[in-house]
Amino acid sequence: MSYRPVTTESAPVRLFLIACAVLVLALFLLLPLAAVFAEAFRKGWEVFLASLHEEAALSAIKLTLIAAGVSVPLNTLFGVSAAWLVTKFRFKGRSLLVSLIDLPFAVSPVIAGLVWVMLFGAKGWFPQSAMADAFAPAAHLAASLAEYQGFGWLFSDLAVWLADPKIIFALPGIVIATTFVTFPFVARELIPLMETQGSDQEEAAVTLGARGWHVFFRVTLPNIKWGLLYGVLLCNARAMGEFGAVSVVSGHIRGETNTLPLHVEVLYNEYQFSAAFACATLLAFLALVTLSLKTAVEYFSGHDASGKH
Amino acid sequence: MSISIQSITKTFGAYTALENVSLEVPDGSLTALLGPSGSGKTTLLRIVAGLEFADPGPGKIAFHGEDVGDIPAGRRGVGFVFQHYALFRHMTVAQNIAFGLSVLPRAARPQKSEIRDRVMELLKLVKLEGLDQRRPHELSGGQRQRVALARALAIRPKVLLLDEPFGALDAQVRKDLRRWLRQFHDEIGLTTLFVTHDQEEALELSDQVVVMRNARIEQVGEPQTVYDNPRSPFVYEFLGNVNKLHAGQDVRYVRPHEIDVLFAAEFDPATDSLARVQHLFSAGPIATLTVKLGDGQFLDVELSRKQLDELGLSVGDEVAVRPAVMA
Amino acid sequence: MPKRRVIPGFGLSMGFTISYLSLIILIPLAALFLKAARLGASQWWQILTSERIIAAAKLTFGASAAAATVSTVLGLLVTWVLVRYRFPGRRLLDAMVDLPFALPTAVAGITLTQIYAPHGWVGQYISQAALWIQATYAPTGWWGEVIQDWADKGAAYSPLGVFIALTFIGFPFVVRTLQPVMEDFSSEYEEAAATLGAGRWTVFRRVILPMFIPALITGFTLAFARAIGEYGSVIFISGNLPMKTEILPLLVVAQLEQFKYEAAAVIAAGMLIVSFTLLFLINLLQRRLNWQNN
Repeated sequence: MSYRPVTTESAPVRLFLIACAVLVLALFLLLPLAAVFAEAFRKGWEVFLASLHEEAALSAIKLTLIAAGVSVPLNTLFGVSAAWLVTKFRFKGRSLLVSLIDLPFAVSPVIAGLVWVMLFGAKGWFPQSAMADAFAPAAHLAASLAEYQGFGWLFSDLAVWLADPKIIFALPGIVIATTFVTFPFVARELIPLMETQGSDQEEAAVTLGARGWHVFFRVTLPNIKWGLLYGVLLCNARAMGEFGAVSVVSGHIRGETNTLPLHVEVLYNEYQFSAAFACATLLAFLALVTLSLKTAVEYFSGHDASGKH
Repeated sequence: MSISIQSITKTFGAYTALENVSLEVPDGSLTALLGPSGSGKTTLLRIVAGLEFADPGPGKIAFHGEDVGDIPAGRRGVGFVFQHYALFRHMTVAQNIAFGLSVLPRAARPQKSEIRDRVMELLKLVKLEGLDQRRPHELSGGQRQRVALARALAIRPKVLLLDEPFGALDAQVRKDLRRWLRQFHDEIGLTTLFVTHDQEEALELSDQVVVMRNARIEQVGEPQTVYDNPRSPFVYEFLGNVNKLHAGQDVRYVRPHEIDVLFAAEFDPATDSLARVQHLFSAGPIATLTVKLGDGQFLDVELSRKQLDELGLSVGDEVAVRPAVMA
Repeated sequence: MPKRRVIPGFGLSMGFTISYLSLIILIPLAALFLKAARLGASQWWQILTSERIIAAAKLTFGASAAAATVSTVLGLLVTWVLVRYRFPGRRLLDAMVDLPFALPTAVAGITLTQIYAPHGWVGQYISQAALWIQATYAPTGWWGEVIQDWADKGAAYSPLGVFIALTFIGFPFVVRTLQPVMEDFSSEYEEAAATLGAGRWTVFRRVILPMFIPALITGFTLAFARAIGEYGSVIFISGNLPMKTEILPLLVVAQLEQFKYEAAAVIAAGMLIVSFTLLFLINLLQRRLNWQNN
């Protein structure tokens, strides 16, 4: 007597497979996550909190926030623009453009850092000395502007930087390396989504008299908001957690050019395991928040937002 | 081989797909399960195939008197053709057709050469000689359907089950294939049960029509009988165009071709009604006329192009309409 | 006359997209290749065939291939269970699959090292198992060395550690590639095979699995390509022993630290060529299959 549908397995086989999958995921994914927190609290709360309050840790957090704060909005802008271009229009070279957008996925993070060293490093195409010469007039202008009262402070940092334009082993390098690595995330999320939605609604809006940005903000954006949010989340998670690329351009100057992941590395290599894992919990927590938000976005948008990355 | 279905009930949670359904499918017949979507016709077909199981109870399914309720789909000896054919796209046409034979237990499996001969024989039967090395994506819709049929026949099934066999085809291919299938059935004489929501298809193709509605069977009979003597208003309406006329509490059903149109001068108050022509459609051999009766109801009338020309009608003319047959 | 377009923003989005793409991606990559091209073919050959690079390349490609293979098998199992079965906690497991995407690689690196080190949660058992094998079978030669390694260091600081980290990183690619394909898979194919008399295992082997092969290959390639370039999660667990557990990205960094810019550029260019070729091949495969399915 067999009342089992032909498209499924018998109960014991099902149970066995579920058990195997749960075991794989638990051992493989859950165990590392648990280990981060276990190691962080091994020496108690005080050590944990002290590790996070340390000056170098705070400056690393600040730098991480700045890097993500610049690269995520830039890449979001790019993602929307690129997705609009390749899904609303048909033109020569379109499929090449789509492949080029995916390109950074195939680039090792280390190489993503290296390219900037090739451009702006001491032996690069635009070394610091050459840039200082080129920027000299701008540096003078900024310096004189900085003397004005009221708005002068806006230019003081710029003037200092233009006089000695450091990119590699400095904040700008970290920002551009992060931007390279997180470049495709928003676009990758939006392109398939906007492709399936087609252009009917935008065309309808145009025939109804909508112009320019109205079409985007009133018609397109409401339809893609969840996908966009998810893309931004992923982009942000990667920006804050990026290690390889940033490691190459940062120079590991403690308290100055260490982002949070680099700070974790330094602490770990100095055998300060508890401190390293304490800082790592911040990043692991960020990962958990990202995953929870992703699940929530999927729930609210009613469709599966997971794509390839 | 005859199929006997007795008191089958099938529920999906709170939803009842089939309610106490009984049906006899005579040996060698071509039977249509006809009904709107959600009437339970596909569920019934899948229960016969063993892809779905009836609720426990007194229900029984027998092939030629032998209870098959506990026999799994793979050993029940049914050939099933799916709506979208479900051809294995990674296999050639020949591999698709040979599949059922190649998965037999080693002891029962024919020799490779025997399998090849059988495949060739089937390809010839479905008129697809020479396409054995093609892949499904290289075939037209009609060809795919015939490959699916050949694949189902390869295992020498006791009954053939077809789920919406023409559902995925263009109108023209559909007509041709319908005729071909009827002929094919007469040649091989295999008991065949097919599901359709198209009344024209069911009436034209089958020996026996089973009209289903809301998980129950409304009427079973030969196409002519069911069409001429519908047992319920539902069957009346479902089997082709019909005018629904209200006279007080009563409802009368009149098919458009069962109405005669006469000049207003020939009006006979005993049988006729006066009406005014509202709309004329006369492209093709049959002309359709919409007239408005004195009480405001509309009536569709079909008459031959020749009749229409003789009457010389245009919109706004007054005519007399006379029911040719009353129901 | 320029082509008329109904939807606004062609010029603006084209201008911004192309400029940004050029500035952030294309010009920097071109700078790298230009730097590498400054060296002649003989120098390329000399750099790429140096002993240390060969050893690193062997480890990088070997461990990546092994990790992608295991990821594919595990990914198939996990995706099957997530898509086909309903059980409590399924959604949680589904969300967890993305953890390696979301967890910063450096965190993954130090955590995996901690777990698989000789006294770690898992490493101690690997170490004990290796000791038991030594005591029971006393293996010698190449195999004996490997077992000695495991006994001393657990799974960390050895090719095994590199393999574990790369499997961790690559696993979600397979699941996320396979999942939509499996969800869209029509049950008609299985039912057709079943009515033709095939048993469940035969249906899986001869009908279901072949139809998933393209998605599995794509998932494998994505995992493989990612593994080749992976840095953060590997360098902690690998121990970075020259000739033994160095990976290619680490050698790029090493060249850079010695200010050998050209050599770093050459190794990087070689890695990029391999990755781009892989990406190109999956595109080709997908295009072919899209065409086939229509």
